[in-house]
Amino acid sequence: MQISFTLNGRPTTVDVEPATLVAELLREQLNLTGTHIGCDTSQCGACVVHLDGLPVKSCTLLAPALAGATLLTIEGLQGAPGSNQMHPMQEAFREHHGLQCGFCTPGMLMTAVALATEKPDLTEADVRHGLEGNICRCTGYQNIVVSVMAGAAAMNAAKNAGNGE
Amino acid sequence: MKPFAYHQPEQIPDAAKLLTSIEDSKLVAGGMTLIPTLKQRLASPVALVDLSKLGSLKGITDDGPSITVGAMTQHAVVAASKLVQTKIPALAALASMIGDPAVRSRGTIGGSVANNDPAADYPAGVLGLGATIVTSTREIAADKFFLGLFETALEAGEIITAIRFPVPLKAGYAKFKAPASRYALVGVFVAKFADGVRVAVTGAGPGVFRVPPMEAVLSENFDPSAIAAIRIDTDGLTSDIHAEADYRAHLVTVMAKRAVDAALS
Repeated sequence: MQISFTLNGRPTTVDVEPATLVAELLREQLNLTGTHIGCDTSQCGACVVHLDGLPVKSCTLLAPALAGATLLTIEGLQGAPGSNQMHPMQEAFREHHGLQCGFCTPGMLMTAVALATEKPDLTEADVRHGLEGNICRCTGYQNIVVSVMAGAAAMNAAKNAGNGE
Repeated sequence: MKPFAYHQPEQIPDAAKLLTSIEDSKLVAGGMTLIPTLKQRLASPVALVDLSKLGSLKGITDDGPSITVGAMTQHAVVAASKLVQTKIPALAALASMIGDPAVRSRGTIGGSVANNDPAADYPAGVLGLGATIVTSTREIAADKFFLGLFETALEAGEIITAIRFPVPLKAGYAKFKAPASRYALVGVFVAKFADGVRVAVTGAGPGVFRVPPMEAVLSENFDPSAIAAIRIDTDGLTSDIHAEADYRAHLVTVMAKRAVDAALS
């Protein structure tokens, strides 16, 4: 079946079997390998992407669900337009050592950005609750939580600056 | 996954017709249980009937003494709904505890109730509040809907369209979650109405069930101490790698007390 959607800001049309997972479509057909498949059983969260602005696990999403939707993957995450900088959440993960091997990081970032967008004044408890669906086997989570808090604060600051406040 | 045809009907009667006319077809709502099941080839339907284009199944409405939640309303929407938070805060709290943010973005109340997983959260809320399951053909009381392990009163081709929840005087939900899956090892929903108290338990057995001895005592004295001495029978409770039946039985009392506490706070 043919499916048209917006992928990282660009109109995209693909021809897929209905039994195609979005994670497979991204990695194997569209060559966007930043979305990782860790467990492939909806547990680990390495494959989280944003579907119409909401975090979803792309290994548990059928391609037909993309029809007419807006999809954002880790490749589409960026800093201020034209700035050639990383997204504030990515900067925060680098600054605060929020990763070691980096395998879970794309999913952590996508979940974290969604969390911070939904609730600008995140508490540490919010972050820990919000990261329940993302597994990291390196860091012990401490620095990830610190990174998300810092990234959320930076996103907030950038947003307020953009509003001229 | 084995290949399947994919249908996206826009009207409920069309969806019902597809479901009955195609042998081995299945409904897909949010897919949070079905897609993992397909991937493991525990199910291999020849066709999926996707309910996401049926706009009439989404949203939450205030009916005064009750609220109605459309079957395709996602957990995150229920959790964030000001209406639900105001009228039945325990239901919003329950929705916020399901799975993780990604699951709550996609998973729907209708899917959860139709699937009737023995450890799912919503069946406890639906039975605890004495809700009504509205389908494409009739209305079913929660007490007659949940029939046991993954079994419900739904007939072939029957589609849940909404769940109608009576607004209680007070309600609370407490769950002891399995740390990896966040499913309920035991979850207890307690609701106090003018005519009595309902207590519904998920996770402990092969299906959600009520606890009449707790309901009787709480109807007289709605306080955690009133049920502290009540122990439920371990007969028929689940024993698995996560917990033995006697541990689950113990947790029912503990979670029931916490649910009453939550209802009072």
